[in-house]
Amino acid sequence: MTQTTANHLFGPLDPAAEAGYPDHPPRLGFFTDTTVCIGCKACEVACKEWNNVPEDGIDFLGLSYDNTGSLGASTWRHVAFIEQASIEQPKPLGAQEPGVTGRHAPVVDLGMPSTAPPGTTAGADGRTEFRWLMSSDVCKHCTHAACLDVCPTGALFRTEFGTVVVQQDVCNGCGYCVPACPYGVIDQRKGDGRAWKCTLCYDRLQGGLTPACAKACPTESIQFGVLDELRERAAARVEQLHAAGISDARLYGADPTDGVGGAGAFFLLLDEPEVYGLPPDPVVTTRDLPSMWLHAGAAALTLLAGVVSTFWGRR
Amino acid sequence: MVPEAEFTSYYGRPVVKAPRWSWDIPAYLFLGGLSGGSAMLGAGGDLSGRPALRRAGRLGGLAAITASVGLLVHDVGRPERFLNMLRVAKPTSPMSMGTWIISAYAPGIGVAAVSELLPVLPRAIRDSPLGAVLRVSARPAGLAAAAIAPAVASYTAVLLADTAVPAWHEAHRELPFVFIGSSAASAAGLGLVFAPVGEAGPARRLATFGAIMELGTSRRIENQLGLAGEAFTTGKPARLLATASNLTAGGVLLATLLARRSRLAAVVAGVALLAGGVFERFGLYHAGIESANDPKYTVVPQRRRLEQEGPVRADS
Repeated sequence: MTQTTANHLFGPLDPAAEAGYPDHPPRLGFFTDTTVCIGCKACEVACKEWNNVPEDGIDFLGLSYDNTGSLGASTWRHVAFIEQASIEQPKPLGAQEPGVTGRHAPVVDLGMPSTAPPGTTAGADGRTEFRWLMSSDVCKHCTHAACLDVCPTGALFRTEFGTVVVQQDVCNGCGYCVPACPYGVIDQRKGDGRAWKCTLCYDRLQGGLTPACAKACPTESIQFGVLDELRERAAARVEQLHAAGISDARLYGADPTDGVGGAGAFFLLLDEPEVYGLPPDPVVTTRDLPSMWLHAGAAALTLLAGVVSTFWGRR
Repeated sequence: MVPEAEFTSYYGRPVVKAPRWSWDIPAYLFLGGLSGGSAMLGAGGDLSGRPALRRAGRLGGLAAITASVGLLVHDVGRPERFLNMLRVAKPTSPMSMGTWIISAYAPGIGVAAVSELLPVLPRAIRDSPLGAVLRVSARPAGLAAAAIAPAVASYTAVLLADTAVPAWHEAHRELPFVFIGSSAASAAGLGLVFAPVGEAGPARRLATFGAIMELGTSRRIENQLGLAGEAFTTGKPARLLATASNLTAGGVLLATLLARRSRLAAVVAGVALLAGGVFERFGLYHAGIESANDPKYTVVPQRRRLEQEGPVRADS
């Protein structure tokens, strides 16, 4: 384990309090349990509708059922689809297996024909084991948000709910937040110039409503709530899955001591993060900012010394 | 050569996003560096009684910073809102710090440079109170600008490094030294082009200093950064950076061997140094872009670190 001392730029803290809200509501976020995602993309559609996000290119990408591609200025929820064929060990899929159904009542076997793709059920020799992963990605609303840290206008700000939002009437489109994000979430919108990303439906939160994507999710793969409660729920879910023999289940972004101080939107994954297009162990770039300024200061003094020495005592 | 790393990604798509900036930004990096170095050279020329070097440094410094800010304004998505940068001062945002550094720097180099134009301005202006103020304030203004100039030359390295772009972030210790070296070499090039041989001694020595800093630190980036170093040594960035090295090394060689005697050699050396600076900035810029667009540079080092040292965790 690589240990780094916690400070204002790194490690666990309460982001809303850090941002100067002395008295604020509990931190809100998403827990996306990918084991129950069915890839319906209702989250993508609901987000577009509620937030009036424009069309983002009608493309055929040929990436399984993914024609969205990635998060961007006009894509604030993105469902990833990964088709995995494995001849060796069958890899179970969580809720799609009987008996591992999350918070709901156990499934009763009615003896109906299976809807699972051929090969996922044990049996017939010579069949290829097949697994189809689906995951709805979103802005992580980091505890230490690099986009917010590097924004030179103050357009990106921390809300009272601990989320990260762009003020569109302030953003001047400098684009610095785009390469700062360790997850490649935020982007500049073509023709508009400004930076856009998920607001965790700030307007709905202020009205006491659930964000559009979580509201529309038919399987509760996207769960919305108080972050501390979501973390407890997620830990219990992982235990349940491990007990059911699904040893691949792991949380991503739930640990407040991780490289971004814990994500406000975290995930339960069934494979390595990079399989889903996520960085395996991201660290907020500003963790190293003190070192960067120190090196720049040393370089500046070196330049000063270099110039002075070229004039010193000689004609 | 590092052996091709095996890694998993989502259909080979990038994990992090490259900045959506155009050629404006590497050009701005070059011009900002040139301006800072020139202001220092001009101040040195002023204090050491080298009027041509002083004039070149001041005028070059103002021209370069003006063009560089112009490019910056042009590059933002909403240029009419450029001044929103001055709403806040944020040490965590190198772009915010840079805006304030340039705001503090530009007036000084402006006054010093405009005072150089007094001899060619109409007599009415020269003899006016404005002319008198310019004459008196030229030296303090030029020195104030020169005092801030090292920050102008080095902050842009933090601007690139304070991102998730693997090649830039991994080079965050080295980039400031490449940048000040490149800044010194470019300013030396300007001095060699515009100052007569008799006054250009400091420019010749500054060229050597700048080239050693720039080329020495660049080698370190290429050899010590592991996989991230590969972004600088392959493809288009490698070609740009090799051209930069050749131009800079050739310029220094010419400046040291022949520019003492031949004005023509000095001008050629100066142009080579300036061109080397342009190639250097574009090469460093494109190394970052390529490292962001290829998921290998993000996934492989993080995966390796996970396997060797475990996850990065804060001790709380």
